[in-house]
Amino acid sequence: MGGWLAALVLVVPMLSAGATTLAHAAPRLQARLSLAGAFALLAVSVALLAVVLSDGMVVLQSGNWAAPFGIAFAVDTLGAVMTVIAAVTGVACLAFGLGEIGETERRAWFHPLSHVLLLGVCGAFLTGDLFNLYVWFEVMLIASFGLMTVGGTKAQIDGAVKYVALNLVATLMFLLAVALIYGLTGTLNFADIARSVPAVANTGVLTAAATLLLAAFGMKAAVFPLFFWLPAAYHTPLVSVSAVFAGLLTKVGVYALIRAFTLLFTHDPDWTHTLLLWIAGLTMVTGVLGAAAQSEMRRILSWHIISQIGYMVMGLALATPLGIVGSVFYLVHHIIVKANLFLIAGVAARLTGSMELKRIGGLYRSAPWLGVLFFIPAFSLAGFPPLSGFWAKLVLVRAALEIGSWWIAAAALVTGLLTIYSMTKIWGEAFWKPHPAGEAAARPLAEAPPAMLAPIAALAAGTVVIGLFAQPFYVVAERAARELLDPAAYIATVLGEVR
Amino acid sequence: MSSLILRAGTRILAPMMLLLSVFLLWRGHNLPGGGFIGGLVATSAIALQGIAFGPEAIRRTLVVPPAVVAGVGVLIAVVAALPAALAGLPFFTGLWLKLDLGDGAVLPLSTPLLFDIGVYLTVIGGVCALIAALEEEPSLEGGEEGG
Amino acid sequence: MELPLVLLIGLLTAVATWLMLSRNLIRLLLGFAVLGNAVNLAIFVSGRLTRDAPPLVPLDAETITGAFANPLPQALVLTAIVIGFGLLAFALVLAWVAYERLGTVRTDEMRVAEPPEEKA
Repeated sequence: MGGWLAALVLVVPMLSAGATTLAHAAPRLQARLSLAGAFALLAVSVALLAVVLSDGMVVLQSGNWAAPFGIAFAVDTLGAVMTVIAAVTGVACLAFGLGEIGETERRAWFHPLSHVLLLGVCGAFLTGDLFNLYVWFEVMLIASFGLMTVGGTKAQIDGAVKYVALNLVATLMFLLAVALIYGLTGTLNFADIARSVPAVANTGVLTAAATLLLAAFGMKAAVFPLFFWLPAAYHTPLVSVSAVFAGLLTKVGVYALIRAFTLLFTHDPDWTHTLLLWIAGLTMVTGVLGAAAQSEMRRILSWHIISQIGYMVMGLALATPLGIVGSVFYLVHHIIVKANLFLIAGVAARLTGSMELKRIGGLYRSAPWLGVLFFIPAFSLAGFPPLSGFWAKLVLVRAALEIGSWWIAAAALVTGLLTIYSMTKIWGEAFWKPHPAGEAAARPLAEAPPAMLAPIAALAAGTVVIGLFAQPFYVVAERAARELLDPAAYIATVLGEVR
Repeated sequence: MSSLILRAGTRILAPMMLLLSVFLLWRGHNLPGGGFIGGLVATSAIALQGIAFGPEAIRRTLVVPPAVVAGVGVLIAVVAALPAALAGLPFFTGLWLKLDLGDGAVLPLSTPLLFDIGVYLTVIGGVCALIAALEEEPSLEGGEEGG
Repeated sequence: MELPLVLLIGLLTAVATWLMLSRNLIRLLLGFAVLGNAVNLAIFVSGRLTRDAPPLVPLDAETITGAFANPLPQALVLTAIVIGFGLLAFALVLAWVAYERLGTVRTDEMRVAEPPEEKA
């Protein structure tokens, strides 16, 4: 029953959200329910991935309404992989959150909102319907609004205003694109749209709708020039919240871009995919330059999210099998690494008292193991072999060289080089130089709660495993790319029963 | 806001609106109406109480915190999707149970109705949480879901 | 019937764009509300406008006989209204809190998260 497994991926976070709401008056019970819910989601999504890998795509016709008429959920390899990664991030950040949040944050509905966020993310990865994707985006958005302001500090409210304002605009652009696509094709089911697109006579409006979607998803993914909300907001919330945001939310935008521009809109690649390639290059370079100008740990990392998004979009824009493999591999690698870096920044700030690099230091002396834990994701982010980021970048650069896009390959390599600069800056300032307030101001690692360190160690281990045993992950990414580049199979599987 | 007319009017109007909301919820499956609209009418009744008698009245009417009402609603709505598993049908497939009350009267109970009840409670809880957040001193409390 | 509606959508979009270009947070949110209506109308129009019976199956029948209005855009618009309502409600609470805590509704004066003189 693959269909029910897919349904369970949605049911589990819904139940967790409901249960943690009801357990609001009992903090210990709520924390346990919350963590158990996250682990249950992980178990269910791993089972779903196993089914997808062994039996092929899973299609769920919810309510037993056949595909173009009801809301269909279609889970291919990419969707299943993304769900597993979302669950991994969920477990790691909720565990970290147990060590981080106080009573105020808990009372502001941290746990229920986190599960609603996971629900929205998983729903977006599984759905096979454009309007349903819109609904999951909004579920995710409402939860993220709540999570963003969970501490209620001035900086959080300021950041949230910008985050909310730009996301509201993106929401309406998405909806307008939905209206245009529905008017042109008469359907909202992905497979049915993909089948109808070649027959649409009015290609001008179709391209306009595609560009609107590109702008809407691009704003969620924080690509150039729509990224300004991200560095204005991502350094303000709780560390566990910002780690989930950094790991998952923008990647949902990238996922939607991949879905839209492999399955739906391949009618005018000269316009859409060229535009995507330019966006990818500019996103990489502006992101990494923005990071170089910052001196606060989470703001540096926020700018790096932007530059890394550029890599993922680059693979999609190349639209070759190798390019898509690179994008998928990069997505998986990046979510783990970036969430981990945010968590490490949180621990570093807790041990030294600030996120601001000028005011901290001495961590190498007081907490050398944190240095090791930092080195793994930081070097992976910059693309050092044999860590996961190296393989991801290698595949993408090869894909670019294969079709002779020299300048995008050059942009990717320069961005990687500048990433090392930022990581070295964090290393030099936070770890190497002595703490400006004296040696005692940097405290030992033992003072950080184990709930915070365990997820960091686990994610770092994951990074090393992906790096050292890249082959199986590469095979899965290759399979996902093969499915993405063969829309006919997707269409046949989803609409099979009505043909 | 303490107008005598408003308070006297609310005493009559609010119960009738609650009754109407349940009626809308009940007939919603086959005719215009349903959990969302019923929930909004019920929320209007509760909000009217809040306007007439102050924010305290909202909390008194709901008894439990608004978020708990929404949480129960979400749980009921999820549960409504599950019985289809027992029948070997896909997620969310509607199932009907026709209870024979004798004398030819049949009471149709269905999972869509259960789902609507869940939506009804979610809407009441979610919107009341928002109204409470707007009326009392500002402390951000997200936690409403779309119907 | 399409033309007047399309013109109305254009007018609403223009008004909304003008409002959203403002630095005032409240105007921006009003613009969001207006633009939301424009987009909902656009969904409605793309479902084709017809003068037909409501899409309701009579109690004693299995299907509808005769022409009926397209029910899907109505369902989409209803969902979009609900979601837009939720987002706007949250955004208004946020604006209210921002006014209380930051003392302004002008977005260019909100510099707590990104302080201007960080070069020091």
